Amino acid sequence: MGWVEGRFEENFITTTLEQAINWARESSMWPMTFGLACCAIEMMATGASRYDMDRFGAGAFRATPRQADLMIVAGTVNYKMASRVRRLYNQMPDPKFVIAMGACTCGGGPYYKYGYNVVKGVDLVVPVDVYVPGCPPRPEALLEGLMRIQDKVKGMRYLTKNQPIEVPIPARTGYVQLPPELDDPNPLKAMEKQLAFAKKTKEEAAPSKA
Amino acid sequence: MATATETTQDPTIVEFDVRTDEMLVNMGPQHPSTHGVLRLVLRTDGEIISECTPHLGYLHRCAEKIGENVTPIQFIPYTDRMDYLAGMNMNLAYSLAVEKLCGMKIPEKAQVIRVIIAEMNRIASHLVGMGAYGLDLGTFSPFLYAFREREMILDLFEEVCGARLTYSYITIGGAHDDLPEGWVERCAKFLDYLEPRINEYHTLLTFNHIFVKRTANIGVMSKELAISYGCSGPMLRGSLSRTEGDPDWDLRRLEPYCGYENYEFDVIIPPFPEAPPEAVIGDCWHRFYVRMREVIESIKIVRQGLKRYATAQGSHRVELPKHLHPGEAYVESECPRGQMGFYVVGSPAKSMVPLRVRARSSSFSNLSVTNAICRGCLIADVPAIVGSIDIVMGEIDR
Amino acid sequence: MNAPDIAASLEAQFGPRIKSKKLDAIDPFVVVDPADLVEVCRFLRDDPRLQFDLLNCISGVDYLELDPKKAPKAGYEPHLEVVYHLSSFPHKHRFVVKLILPRWKENKAGDMPVVPSVTSQWAAADWHEREVYDLSGVWFDGHPDLRRILLSEDWAGHPLRKDYEFPLEYHGIRGR
Repeated sequence: MGWVEGRFEENFITTTLEQAINWARESSMWPMTFGLACCAIEMMATGASRYDMDRFGAGAFRATPRQADLMIVAGTVNYKMASRVRRLYNQMPDPKFVIAMGACTCGGGPYYKYGYNVVKGVDLVVPVDVYVPGCPPRPEALLEGLMRIQDKVKGMRYLTKNQPIEVPIPARTGYVQLPPELDDPNPLKAMEKQLAFAKKTKEEAAPSKA
Repeated sequence: MATATETTQDPTIVEFDVRTDEMLVNMGPQHPSTHGVLRLVLRTDGEIISECTPHLGYLHRCAEKIGENVTPIQFIPYTDRMDYLAGMNMNLAYSLAVEKLCGMKIPEKAQVIRVIIAEMNRIASHLVGMGAYGLDLGTFSPFLYAFREREMILDLFEEVCGARLTYSYITIGGAHDDLPEGWVERCAKFLDYLEPRINEYHTLLTFNHIFVKRTANIGVMSKELAISYGCSGPMLRGSLSRTEGDPDWDLRRLEPYCGYENYEFDVIIPPFPEAPPEAVIGDCWHRFYVRMREVIESIKIVRQGLKRYATAQGSHRVELPKHLHPGEAYVESECPRGQMGFYVVGSPAKSMVPLRVRARSSSFSNLSVTNAICRGCLIADVPAIVGSIDIVMGEIDR
Repeated sequence: MNAPDIAASLEAQFGPRIKSKKLDAIDPFVVVDPADLVEVCRFLRDDPRLQFDLLNCISGVDYLELDPKKAPKAGYEPHLEVVYHLSSFPHKHRFVVKLILPRWKENKAGDMPVVPSVTSQWAAADWHEREVYDLSGVWFDGHPDLRRILLSEDWAGHPLRKDYEFPLEYHGIRGR
């Protein structure tokens, strides 16, 4: 911590603002109640008495996306549901995280071959931060996935200057249709366009100095 | 716009013409009390519902198409994922259909294992049903107690087959493995633990004043309505009445499979002397209470099964024939949510892959009655009614 | 009542309008013409000896062998079956009624075969018929609200037909 350490009385701690915010954020990661299929039962079991997700600050399951930080996509997503998943994701406030729970959301799972109606992986619809494989994953596995999300939060550096701009559109965007002004047959040019777009929106969103 | 009516005697009282428009309220597919991804479109007049249209298909996973492309053994894991709260019962239902098609005889030991496991899964399923119903009505603690007991059942299942939720344990020709050593004692110990807990749930939830207010005399379904919509399971039994001489409508009693005819159990049919005075037969409370009483019956059956297991003859599994028989077989069995039917059509060319697999899902028929019983209710009663149907979307959409 | 008696009482009532019956099958069934379906169903439901008041299931079965080499040995001609599984609440017996239809109406691909709806007999038929329409492609004439039930409204094709081709893309989401 440098020179400030130990210069104050007891019960004072010194930290950076960024670390303090990240600490608060990672220890109150509110997931959205978003059970789709079988994995939802394991998600409920994770939240219930034995596994008790609340120990890690993630026990407050919110019924509305507007109060949630974390979307646990628990179960098979099909084409009829895909647009809803996307809409719910868009409704969540930033910063938002997505756990793809179970084989179906990771890549179609057992429904890959004959599932005419199953989306072959939820990353075709929303960007995914952590994949938790298994059919269904055990609650321990989901807790592990939650901790990886917490690691990710711990490493966030959005207050520091000169950090690379996060691409707002997922890196694996080939599958979600882009608006024409951001799309280009050449992937490098497309990336440039998207970065320019991202920079512009970030500048517009920044609070004015006066 | 206020128009004073001329009939008003007292000039200080002005009657307002308060007209409301009908409004469409969309509930789901992401809604905490629709048990998954059910979408209900409610046409409401104020708080009163005039029409309730369920929209399905947000979890349609093409199980029937898969069924006609893979062999029956390969299809068993997909049946788990249909009704994910009662995987064992679904495995059993599909196995029974294929066994009926092939004319297989199942040894006694396998039958006993099947009965024990299926009834244990029924207990687990009803426990989740209870917990989730509590959640629907706004109480959280029964859910925690229900999952505490359910985890113990899952531990027992894990010893048996290694999985917590998708078991694929009961398979065509019997069960995948024999019960492990010492399992019978552990199971008996668990049943002794569980039985007194049921009364605790009753004090916690069933006879709770708020719970009774929310469920009694809500969503009343007559017997005729239930039958015409093809309802089954606790949904239908909650509408029957023993005093009117209705039969014990339970497939374990009517068309016994797996040797259920040798077990002693009661089919739970109202009226119940302990029912609260405001509850009427066919309402949400009765449907819920039938489920809770079935847990006790299941405990009774498992106890008898454990006794039988010690002396049961034969192997735990017999081999499948080389190919499916041509022809078709339709079997219904009593799953926790009602009569689950599988219709298997064998290919006339000698093949292991069936020509068609059709799953007649119990929740599908049970849910179709929603519009009829939701009409005229308040919006707040919709979660109570839908919760009392105890749907599992995976089974409805398949 | 057992299956031969049910079939006999049906034959006594309808005579040659019962096209065929198979009593030695695992689940005995009779085959009727689609035009007679509603009448047969009404009789099955209302006759005091039969009283089939529970409609358990309606299923569409597509008989088609896609592989031209295997087709002669398949053991069936290409056709479509609609199967009604019935059971009776008072009498506790079961029976099966079948319709045999061409795969496409007048062999014009895309033209669904037409079956009269039995929603007037059993309310349960409502959703089951919608499902058969959705997945197997059978048009139910007289159904109050025949829409797709499981797949989305703009879906093309009927997946449980054997010659159904899986979509490669749906609204910008790739299929595989």
